Amino acid sequence: MDLATFGVQLLNALQYGMVLFLVASGLTLVFGILGVINLAHGAFYMLGAYLAYGIASATGSFWLALIGGVAIAFVAGLLLENVFIKRLYGRDHLAQVLLSFGLILVLDEVRQLLFGKDVHSVAPPQGFAGTIQLTDNLSYPVYRLAICAFCLAMAAAIFYVVQRTKIGMIVRAGAENREMTRALGISFDTVNRYVFAVGIALAALGGIVVSPVSTVFPGMGDSMLILSFVVVVLGGIGSITGAAIGALLIGLTDTFGKVFFPSVSSILIYVLMAAVLLWRPNGILGRREV
Amino acid sequence: MSNHRFRLTRRALLSGAAGTVTLAAAPQIFSPAIAQGAPLKVGLMLPYTGTFAKLGQFIDNGFRLYVEQQGGKLGGREIAFVQLDDESKPEAATDNMNRLVSRDKVDLVLGTVHSGVAMAMVKVARDTNSLLVIPNAGANDATGPQCAPNIFRTSFSNWQTTFPAGKVLIDDGKKNVATITWRYTAGAEMIGAFKENFEKLGGKVVEDLTVPFPEVEFQALLTRIATLKPDAVFSFFAGGGAVKFVKDYAAAGLNKTIPLYGAGFLTDGTIAAQGEAANGIKTTLHYADNLDNPANIAFLKAFKDKTKLDGDIYAVQGFDAGALLDIGLKAVGGDTGARDKMIAAMGAAKIDSPRGPLSFNKAHNPIQNIYLREVKNGRNEMVKIAQAAVDDPARGCKLS
Repeated sequence: MDLATFGVQLLNALQYGMVLFLVASGLTLVFGILGVINLAHGAFYMLGAYLAYGIASATGSFWLALIGGVAIAFVAGLLLENVFIKRLYGRDHLAQVLLSFGLILVLDEVRQLLFGKDVHSVAPPQGFAGTIQLTDNLSYPVYRLAICAFCLAMAAAIFYVVQRTKIGMIVRAGAENREMTRALGISFDTVNRYVFAVGIALAALGGIVVSPVSTVFPGMGDSMLILSFVVVVLGGIGSITGAAIGALLIGLTDTFGKVFFPSVSSILIYVLMAAVLLWRPNGILGRREV
Repeated sequence: MSNHRFRLTRRALLSGAAGTVTLAAAPQIFSPAIAQGAPLKVGLMLPYTGTFAKLGQFIDNGFRLYVEQQGGKLGGREIAFVQLDDESKPEAATDNMNRLVSRDKVDLVLGTVHSGVAMAMVKVARDTNSLLVIPNAGANDATGPQCAPNIFRTSFSNWQTTFPAGKVLIDDGKKNVATITWRYTAGAEMIGAFKENFEKLGGKVVEDLTVPFPEVEFQALLTRIATLKPDAVFSFFAGGGAVKFVKDYAAAGLNKTIPLYGAGFLTDGTIAAQGEAANGIKTTLHYADNLDNPANIAFLKAFKDKTKLDGDIYAVQGFDAGALLDIGLKAVGGDTGARDKMIAAMGAAKIDSPRGPLSFNKAHNPIQNIYLREVKNGRNEMVKIAQAAVDDPARGCKLS
């Protein structure tokens, strides 16, 4: 492998890892802060992509799809939290798994009613449709580079909000000790609601951003859900920085695994996960259970 | 205390799990108005949800269209449908198939798309001697080592669709070729048949690239193809994966220097979503969108009238399953008790299918034309017959 090819593969790995991070960040927020296992995360990713397709083909504007899709997901998140999820806090994981599994079935049916079973594609926004020539016969879509930049910006924004703002402080305090936070007069229920809605919105955002380079199809959320859980477990539950590291590790392992060890590439990321968990049972940046 | 908690949890787990399973797998039974005489029960075990949902829907519509054209009766018998969603889940396939043949006591099962599910159905059909018509799944084994008198296929074997492509690439002067597919049985069989013919005719496969099924992240392998610089790429993907692969291939600019060939599924039912990225891709399949035989023209019109959708090969496979069953039932006057005679008539069937002449070999796999098609104007237009009356070798089949 010459240096140019290596560079391109590195870019592939980075881009893949960035998308994984964007989707997994919502999962780790909900999992880490609310303690809720949301199996429907992948379904919201899928629904985001379908919303992008629906809105973009109705209005002709990808940007409207981006804003509209995220807004719809956010509102749906608020409603879901209010009606269902808030009953799950502190309950055992089985109830959460059952409810969110039910949500998968419902969301799949919603997708079916609204958009049917077809495979669709979404045009990249104007100005991002071109490609850049990388080697003599290989070019790279500009939009993929834009995704990298966007995901990096999102990572920085999430990190900033969680680590440096007052809202972030409340959220972290709530994750640390729910009762104490309440006792200090902070309306933690409202915080919960918004955290959940943001998590859902991030999943949908991932689906929307990816839709022009991916394809919009019914089963697209399933594999993303599994990968997101791997990212979250790898990075340490609830840690945004950990999710970023985990996502990048998976991007690298997957890309170079496919090139160097094609016959075992499908299990490499799970081998990586097992190895990391042996080394750090709570994930790379996970905190030890108290 | 802890013991009590455990019991509660376990009970919740069991009832919860049981409830979920019932909810997910409950067959939707559509019982028609009670007709005089017992209607013939056809079990439709197809994917109505999941990745292959659209394919299942088209097969279902194609089969129902044929039955409707005969006035709701085949061989004088009313047809009743028992619909079951197989969700393309091999792990549930044996139970689902058993439910149809043992509990619902259907006379014939039509299914399915996913090869893993279909092979489990084949096993049950062999064990219970039930009539099974496979309207899509192409696993070579179903009409190979696992062949049986009571099992028919109206679609194709994986071998059959891509074997003729080997000669197509040689004729186009492509001597050094890279292959790419998902790492699963269908992928291996499609690519294997292509290579068998291609290498026999003096071609060289420079590298076999694979992606785990059903992953759709191709960027690393596209970069690999760019460095290999083969004369052409031969590929097999289907559904969402096919759309993404074709789009990624074009976005990487590879289609300008390295022409893309593939099994027909690469551009079938996916072409609208692929858009311009699919232009110029050449594939082989037992169907093309613009076949101008009268049967196809009539079929496409009738299908459009019924469903408002454009018929495709999946619909044709369902439609032909109806024709095949009709021939069998007519031969015995609707009496499924005369099983041997019915099977003999079905095995000897000569169907004027929308895809062209269709007959069956000793293993009950179709003998049919394989067409070379090229994507033009958003359609898979026929270039020529790549190989006429292709007969699967039915390796390992003991029937004669």
